[in-house]
Amino acid sequence: MAQANRPLSPHLQVYRWGAHMMASIMHRATGMALAVGSIILTWWLFALASGPEYFAVVQACLSSLFGRLVLFGITFALMQHLASGIRHLFMDAGKLYDLKINSLTARLTFVFSILATIGIWVAAYKILGGL
Amino acid sequence: MAEFTLPKNSKIGKGKTVKADGASNVKKFSVYRWNPDDGQNPRMDTFEVDMDNCGPMVLDALIKIKNEMDSTLTFRRSCREGICGSCAMNIDGTNTLACTKAIDDVKGEVKITPLPHREVVKDLVPDLNDFYAQYASIKPWMETQSTTPEKERLQSVEDRAKLDGLYECILCACCSTSCPSYWWNGDKYLGPAILLQAYRWLIDSRDENTGERLDDLEDPFRLYRCHTIMNCANACPKGLNPAKAIAEIKIMMAERHG
Repeated sequence: MAQANRPLSPHLQVYRWGAHMMASIMHRATGMALAVGSIILTWWLFALASGPEYFAVVQACLSSLFGRLVLFGITFALMQHLASGIRHLFMDAGKLYDLKINSLTARLTFVFSILATIGIWVAAYKILGGL
Repeated sequence: MAEFTLPKNSKIGKGKTVKADGASNVKKFSVYRWNPDDGQNPRMDTFEVDMDNCGPMVLDALIKIKNEMDSTLTFRRSCREGICGSCAMNIDGTNTLACTKAIDDVKGEVKITPLPHREVVKDLVPDLNDFYAQYASIKPWMETQSTTPEKERLQSVEDRAKLDGLYECILCACCSTSCPSYWWNGDKYLGPAILLQAYRWLIDSRDENTGERLDDLEDPFRLYRCHTIMNCANACPKGLNPAKAIAEIKIMMAERHG
């Protein structure tokens, strides 16, 4: 029956986005970002073990504006992945399937991750004395 | 591997516009068209429909377009009351039944495309052969080991109640074709509709093949490609929750492993 010339109907191109879809794709995207983040963490630990000279180089990299932006992104990725991970934990246990509650919790993961990311950075700057 | 863009032969072009002459209350319908006989790419045709002389549902408008504006427009429909599942399509970005979707619920132009990520047979008619084959693969009938009783197999009121929210499924494929996992892995993943049906037989107290049914689903793709995205439950025109049914199957699996 299948004919070679039959077109594929549009999918991502037409489908309407919702908070539940956004939470799902962000879980995946932040998971990948965290994989990169773990390499950066390893690099930092490696630098720490290599001695003060190389550590100073890495510290300079990470505390540059670009470095801080990357770290800010990783903080957000971690907080978002944490929140949606907890949401997934409940869903694996058969909870949060009511459509309204499901959508609300999807939105809440973003509220949490944005507030937590800002909170962590405000706290970090306070502790570092505004560096 | 998931392909996020449409293949070359599926890119959608701009089509014709058919005006509603002399009508004052007009609604625009942008409709996906593809003709297997003209060798062209799909296109979006725009039909301006006179709403003063049209029924309230999207299906009413499609029938009016076919009757009065373009008789070549092709779509499936039968019961016009949400029980046959034939007129499932993507309307305003969400899969639903054209017969139960009110035109007034769509702001502005009504965009209509076939069920997503399917081979198109013609216009709004998608190929659902593999979907039906997947349905057959889960053995959607009662299987028993015990001797056939003289009368019917009895079921308690409580056990019967477990089928509520499952037996109502009309296999319209709105949920399965809303699911990104099914888009990318529809050849191996069974998808929400079929898994909801699988669960309907798993928890039927009269069915005696639960173990074998679970064995058949124990597969990295068939069941576990569900990532609880929740598009299925949001799309279901019957208000069912395939995602929840899939979660229950996963819990049955986990409990069986102990």
